[in-house]
Amino acid sequence: MFENVGEIVLLFWRTLLALPQAWRQRQKVFEQFFEIGNASLLMVCVLSFFIGAVISLQTGPILVNDGLASAVGGVVGIAIAKELAPVMMSILIAGRIGSAMAAEIGSMRVYQEIDALRTMNINPIHYLVLPRILAIAFALPLLVVFSILVGWFGGAVVADMNQHMEIPFRAFFSDLKNIVEVKDVGNGVFKSLCFAVIVGVVSCHQGLTTIGGPRGIGRSVTKAVVNSIVLIVIFDYILTRFLLK
Amino acid sequence: MNGSNNQVPGVSLVVRGLHKSFGGQKVLDGLDFDVRAGEIFVIMGPSGSGKSVLLKHLIGLEEPDAGEILINGESISAPEIAAKYRMALVFQSGALLNSLTVGENVGLYLAEHRLKAPAEIEKIVAEKLADVGLRDAMDKMPSELSGGMKKRVAIARALVIEPQLILYDEPTSELDPLSSVVIGNEILDLKRSIRVTTLVVSHDRDLAFGVADRIAVIADGKIITIGTPEEVKNSKDPLVQNFLHADFKREK
Repeated sequence: MFENVGEIVLLFWRTLLALPQAWRQRQKVFEQFFEIGNASLLMVCVLSFFIGAVISLQTGPILVNDGLASAVGGVVGIAIAKELAPVMMSILIAGRIGSAMAAEIGSMRVYQEIDALRTMNINPIHYLVLPRILAIAFALPLLVVFSILVGWFGGAVVADMNQHMEIPFRAFFSDLKNIVEVKDVGNGVFKSLCFAVIVGVVSCHQGLTTIGGPRGIGRSVTKAVVNSIVLIVIFDYILTRFLLK
Repeated sequence: MNGSNNQVPGVSLVVRGLHKSFGGQKVLDGLDFDVRAGEIFVIMGPSGSGKSVLLKHLIGLEEPDAGEILINGESISAPEIAAKYRMALVFQSGALLNSLTVGENVGLYLAEHRLKAPAEIEKIVAEKLADVGLRDAMDKMPSELSGGMKKRVAIARALVIEPQLILYDEPTSELDPLSSVVIGNEILDLKRSIRVTTLVVSHDRDLAFGVADRIAVIADGKIITIGTPEEVKNSKDPLVQNFLHADFKREK
């Protein structure tokens, strides 16, 4: 993975330089955006609900036992908004969308479609990479906002219904509101924007450098997902450290 | 074929001392040849002789290790060359974009470069598809087409560029004899109607001798012989004779 860091950074830089082309590519951006949302929204909701539920289940009874029932909403709220929603949703999107990007672009590379674009003087970065990165950079933060709300809801439902907690729904959200600030949600959303760019650039890079036949495409898809996840986790620490300052 | 009203004079092509190696293996070993404006030049040779790599150099998809390629006397590596001269490559596989319809594939160059209004692009696409006998294929996906139809769509896509130089990579491979003749006739019709310079890379002897103004035979990255079809047929070079007259040893 690390031998390709230079190429990945170069692709990111070339994509930034291509940004003035974004308006011309808006139709493709919208199509990709719809594809990402359509493919992931239900999965995001299910995953987020149960992540919220399990965090509530793991921490709630202990806190209630120690007389800290009013902290449950805050713990679940902070954990989901600042960490679990952005990281888990980015990993989900790396698996669901990053793999599809690498496979599609990789197959275009193997079957000479990208060479055909070049012979027509069509820049593959403008035509293929820019719309995908813009779409994922818009879609993932939005999905993370959904994820945070659904995760909180999942946590609240469990806190209300679990016999060891029995924290009323309203009280859960009132406690959450006292501790979680808009800035915390903003941190999570900002992180997800960075992760979206990582998933987009890494997956497109893997697609563009695919060699060989179907086996090469499979290898690119695997590398795209694994490398994205590793970079998400590394950058999660770096960004958290930076945001905590 | 209806031909086009946009008459574009073909360009001349000069290749001098072209060398290319991949991982220490020489693929092009000092190629020299000229293609005159408006002629059909066929490069023949056995599989693996460097023909497709040569085409990639001519269209700018590969950089040579040494040597130069000149179009109308100007180096192909000059940055403004892509804007100045229109060149098209018809890939062996067609290389159609599988996620686009046939019509979108053919109109892609015009749409992406915003050269015409959408209604006008549709009209041009219909015209070019009619030129290659595929008027009804506009809304089909590439996966619904046969190998020969894909190649004809690829030719229509190349025609939309109104090329001054058109390159064909094995245009009749995987085609039945009838489809091969259709493609060969299309290459000839294009030369007549738009005076385009044509370079065909093929190992199909019938196609080469049927369409070429001149033929070059290439082996191991070198030109062995070059000349008119008659001159090549009469070449004394054993490799050329072996390639041209290879046949099955069937007992009578």
